[in-house]
Amino acid sequence: MMTVNEVLTLENQQEKIGALLLHGYRFVTMTVVDKGEEFDIIYHFDLDYDMVNYQLVLKKGDVLPSISDICFAAVIVENEIQDLFGITVSNLAIDYEKHFLLAPDAPAEPFCRVPGVGVTAVKTTAAAAENGGDK
Amino acid sequence: MSMLVPFGPQHPVLPEPLQLRLELDDEKVVSAIPVVGYVHRGLEKLAEQKDFIQDTYLIERVCGICSFQHSMAYSMGVEEIMNIEVPERANYLRVIWAELHRMHSHLLALGLLADAFGFENLFYTIWKVREEIMDAMEATTGARVMLGACCIGGVRKDINAEQAKFVLEKLANFEKDFKRPAEVILGDYSVKERLCGVGIIDGKKAYELGTVGPALRGSGVAKDHRMTGYAAYGKLGFEPVVENDCDCYARTKVRVRELYQSCELVKAALAALPEGELKTPFKGNPLGEAAVRVEQPRGEVLYYLRGNGTDKLDRLRIRTPTFANIAPLLNMLVGCGLPDVAVIILSIDPCISCTER
Amino acid sequence: MSKAIKKSPWVVHFNCNSCNGCDIEFLACLTPTYDVERFGVLHVGNPKHADVLVVTGSVNNRNKHVLKNVYDQMPEPKVVVAMGACPATGGIFADCYNVIGGVNKVIPVDVHVPGCPPKPEAMMDGIIEAVGILEKKRKGETVDAPVLPVKVVKGPEAPPMTPEMQAKIAAAKAAAAAKAAAAKAAAENQPEAKAE
Repeated sequence: MMTVNEVLTLENQQEKIGALLLHGYRFVTMTVVDKGEEFDIIYHFDLDYDMVNYQLVLKKGDVLPSISDICFAAVIVENEIQDLFGITVSNLAIDYEKHFLLAPDAPAEPFCRVPGVGVTAVKTTAAAAENGGDK
Repeated sequence: MSMLVPFGPQHPVLPEPLQLRLELDDEKVVSAIPVVGYVHRGLEKLAEQKDFIQDTYLIERVCGICSFQHSMAYSMGVEEIMNIEVPERANYLRVIWAELHRMHSHLLALGLLADAFGFENLFYTIWKVREEIMDAMEATTGARVMLGACCIGGVRKDINAEQAKFVLEKLANFEKDFKRPAEVILGDYSVKERLCGVGIIDGKKAYELGTVGPALRGSGVAKDHRMTGYAAYGKLGFEPVVENDCDCYARTKVRVRELYQSCELVKAALAALPEGELKTPFKGNPLGEAAVRVEQPRGEVLYYLRGNGTDKLDRLRIRTPTFANIAPLLNMLVGCGLPDVAVIILSIDPCISCTER
Repeated sequence: MSKAIKKSPWVVHFNCNSCNGCDIEFLACLTPTYDVERFGVLHVGNPKHADVLVVTGSVNNRNKHVLKNVYDQMPEPKVVVAMGACPATGGIFADCYNVIGGVNKVIPVDVHVPGCPPKPEAMMDGIIEAVGILEKKRKGETVDAPVLPVKVVKGPEAPPMTPEMQAKIAAAKAAAAAKAAAAKAAAENQPEAKAE
């Protein structure tokens, strides 16, 4: 079972992760889980085969500050998150503006769940246009 | 004066579509921006729509090169959530197939690297050796690429005495036939000319950028997830292979040495193969979350699973090794000459299909 | 010149959306154990040199333009070989949001090689088949697009194959064959006229 070592807030996110990197932790990746109304954002770090997981709960529609300035390795995964979940990540070192993995005519924000619809709902561009304020 | 040159997506040395937008100052690369998405399918989302047992076979198709290790990592994740104890024999069999996969993947990478610097004879010779490993896999599981041998709770296929003998024969052939190409790839002056001192990334920088696998070990950092002793690695005795030169040659050398190491691991696992069941039966659905890491040919892979008590997973996240190696690749490319770009890309052994899923 | 095409077809390979399994097996075909080069097949990187296009993987929103571009650059006559289950129907990824479907949604396909991935022997067979079609096209004969003997089933619950379904498939096949025959009779002089 995975343990969450610490729950971050938007205010202390940069400091906590910066401190971890100073201790020699290596950035592994980020995971985002859509819970309907909010996102669970999990940062995975590694030191000597031990993993440390920091969790951040982000309300839908909020902007996620990028950590790519203090940890360049995160830039790829943050762009992927922008694409797949439609989360706006601010201050990215390289910003693909939500077209990193997805072409302009691909379904937008495919990993987002519309609240109350269930696990299998995929928002297509057409559906996203219809209920655009639904985020 | 600088100019922008698109490298790819359809390029003779790249087996897969990847584009790099290179900013050049004369022949020198100033910066590189990757453009991906040509093989993005949306597999993680599909895994949420299928049930978690079907997923084992879907996950194998994340990548056709390290397919067995993907299904193994996924199965380990589900086993961790559901507290399933895997039988000893299954653990040893998993090591055997995982190491055979590592061998064929490294041979493939070395061959493609040889092709990238125009040594076609070496490419063909290495791929001929690779067929020995493919035969060993086909003889034990019935398939060359998508083995379908791993399942939640253990393995689906067994290796009997006759098959074990066949695998050992094939490994002996490999050792005999690989001797000459290994000498060439490590000793020939023309190969050294293309690899030595090219694509340098020092250990500290590589670690900070989250590099994994042979690319990290080629920079002198001894990190190999097999050290944690998952499956049966803990019982087989294992030391990571490390090289200190930080260049393409060091990364190639790591792969060559790992090939022999994997060969020894398969032999040791076959010798120590315990009797017993192949899989543990289980009931119920996964509830909870797990993050599992496995060392693949290209480096460590992370599987994050969250189950909600139904037969469908809530979230499956796959962080593949090439995904982690993109940031260091951009760093290696800065300052190199345009003719070296292809060699540097292939020295990290990219798997774009893994990266984009 | 035109004789040489049959004796030595040049092949360009494009990876569309593949998991690598088929690509690597196709590369293995070129190497000494299987050695497709003994049939004169030459693997080239430039589509403008090629007679046969080998496609692996299904089509997604980004690579459909690239695939069309590669296909358009090839000189006539040209043959497309789809290697594996994905370029036929989308394969295991048919339900993915970013997968449009088989390669035949974008370009006409002449030969389908089934399998996930197909064995190198099957791939070689596919290439040899393609050479025959290439020869036919060169002579200006009409070539029918192959009818896939499978039903593309979308959705997670794939229904089991029933006798009714098999009868339906047989009927569809017969209808398609009749249609193709009619089209052939109607448009004798238009080798490119294909019912999608």
